[in-house]
Amino acid sequence: MATFAFKDDSVVVIIGSGAGGGTLAHELTRRGIKVVLLEAGSRQSPDSFSQVPGEAFTQLTWLDARTQSGDWGVARDFPTLPVWHCKTVGGTTVHWTASCPRLQPWELRARSTYGAVAGTSLIDWPITPEELDRYYAIAERRMGVTRRNNIPGLPASNNFKVMYAAAKKLGYKQVHTGHLAINSQSFDGRGFCIQQGFCVQGCKMAAKWSTLYTEIPDAEATGNLDLRIESTATRIENDHGPNGRVNAVIYRDNNGHEQRQAARVVCVAGNAIETTRLLLLSESSKFPHGLANSSGQVGRNYCHQITGFVWGIFDKPIYFWRGATIAGVIEDEAINDPRRGFVGGYRMELVALDLPTLPLVGLPYGWGRDFASILENYRNLAGMFINGEDLPRSDNRITLNANVKDAYGLPVAHIHVDEHPNDRALRKHAQGQMSRMYEAIGAKRVVVGPTPPASHNTGAARMSADPRDGVTNGWGRTHDIANLFISDGSVLTTPGSANPTLTIVALALRQAEYIGEQMKAGHV
Amino acid sequence: MNQPLPRRDFLKTTTGLLTGIVVAGSPLASIAKVRIAPGRRRTWAVPMSALTTAEAATLMAMARTIAPHDKLDDAAYALVIKAVDEGAVEDERVRKTIKEGIAGLGAGFAVRPESDRVATLKKIESSEFFQTMRLKTLQVLYSTPMAYAYFGYEGEAFSKGGYLERGFNDLHWLPEVPVEDGGPLPV
Repeated sequence: MATFAFKDDSVVVIIGSGAGGGTLAHELTRRGIKVVLLEAGSRQSPDSFSQVPGEAFTQLTWLDARTQSGDWGVARDFPTLPVWHCKTVGGTTVHWTASCPRLQPWELRARSTYGAVAGTSLIDWPITPEELDRYYAIAERRMGVTRRNNIPGLPASNNFKVMYAAAKKLGYKQVHTGHLAINSQSFDGRGFCIQQGFCVQGCKMAAKWSTLYTEIPDAEATGNLDLRIESTATRIENDHGPNGRVNAVIYRDNNGHEQRQAARVVCVAGNAIETTRLLLLSESSKFPHGLANSSGQVGRNYCHQITGFVWGIFDKPIYFWRGATIAGVIEDEAINDPRRGFVGGYRMELVALDLPTLPLVGLPYGWGRDFASILENYRNLAGMFINGEDLPRSDNRITLNANVKDAYGLPVAHIHVDEHPNDRALRKHAQGQMSRMYEAIGAKRVVVGPTPPASHNTGAARMSADPRDGVTNGWGRTHDIANLFISDGSVLTTPGSANPTLTIVALALRQAEYIGEQMKAGHV
Repeated sequence: MNQPLPRRDFLKTTTGLLTGIVVAGSPLASIAKVRIAPGRRRTWAVPMSALTTAEAATLMAMARTIAPHDKLDDAAYALVIKAVDEGAVEDERVRKTIKEGIAGLGAGFAVRPESDRVATLKKIESSEFFQTMRLKTLQVLYSTPMAYAYFGYEGEAFSKGGYLERGFNDLHWLPEVPVEDGGPLPV
């Protein structure tokens, strides 16, 4: 691994080492570009992943304070944890469940497809489906996604057998074990999935793609990566010149000391929440409302996808915890059919939760005999998860909360979400279909769980053709500042119904090409 | 802010004690987290630092009302109370909340019929005391080895080679999935 000087202004500084930042770091370094990668968390490894769910949660999760408001269920059910993502090398790719569907062409044209929906800030993506598909294909090869490129699917688990039988009973056709970045056979020097059921705690087999043990070591091997762990960016500085270029990142290092790293290019990939916060914290006389925020769009249009659990209780054992967490999907409802009472679509994905986590995250608030009776049936549970499109709204936004400060005295992020009626209609439809499915094959009872803390954080620095509508252009370059890029889920113009990581990786691959060309041409 | 920790003073003495009998054939005997009282191999004892024996017994009844699993051993619930006790040692405000909450439940709460206990708890459901106890009960109870054994949860699998050859696909009361919609077992 390389060490670059604080004053070396030829480096690209990337903030965050997850799906976007970690991939970008590899792609730039392999092109011979020097990268300083700042990661707020510490570095774990498959050997160090705790398999005690509570410990693993603490080991991997971003637990610094956030506040929230709005009428979404998360504010009621998880007031202190609005979002659930990681703070560790590899970011949220350490705890993700590796579902890799593509966005469909019509999903990139959300405004054109859905029309004007009152109370939303829908726009179309500034890039074409054909363009994105090229990079999806590269990302899928890189990550070893199943059911692509002749890689077989994962074998069917007990939980999937229940889902499959239930889905077929209702006439669904597109039902399989999913497009997963989990090795169904050895791939890329990593072993195959041995069906541990501990995807969320970190895969000790490294069978699940994570930048922690793929992109980042590859980047280190180039000799062009300076990874600085436990280093929290607090401010991006600009040169106050006529072009408003950014020129350095201020951060706290692993001893809590403030450092200043000069930069030729800065790429922010801190997950939508921290990316927004950092831009807003980086206000200056030139950017009084936050960096790259002349449009006022930074932090707005925050999307999180419609998610939620549905459990079927059967009279026979299923042992749903045995096996890859999300190895199953029904794709028939990932369509736009307004006759259902809403625009946009959703996927139904397999899910299970370990015993300690189920009562805390997976069940509706409760206590007493009825609550306990669900857990009494733990062996006999089957589970599904909704992953649906939510619609962007201007006032669903991330702001700074001046009343709550972090360890460095800086305001924390505040997340506000009011659901659109379309969000509620989509969720209700999905919960209804899942309930009917389980009942159709003899479930004794169906339990509709809560919306868990958001993990699919997108939209807060969205790509837009018109600079007034968003924060970045189609390359993730900020409209305001030529050498400032956003490289995480924040740039997704709309979320669609696909889990976001594959799209984040595809966009990072594409952005790396662009940054390389721009640097070579001397444009940044 | 917390007061300077009075931890040492509390640790000097054991205030209360929860005890129980190890049921023959239960997984308890092999679970190290429960201290087996010396010389009394068939009983377990969980000492309390902030709580008296009577207070701990009241909280046991409360935890059993919040998460009633009749055949789950008392020792699992005792670990919940131990965690509450530790929280009360660490933080004076928590201790006050818990002790006042217990007093508010009234004498005899632990021996009242379940329906009475439920009615009492429903009245204080929005209180910090109840919410603290509910959360602690859910956090600790279902993480105990006793709960794993009771609910049949097999937990961590890496050290045993995953579930690949230990039943991940052993369900046979539904049709098998065609291989094109699932996938082959890895070789």
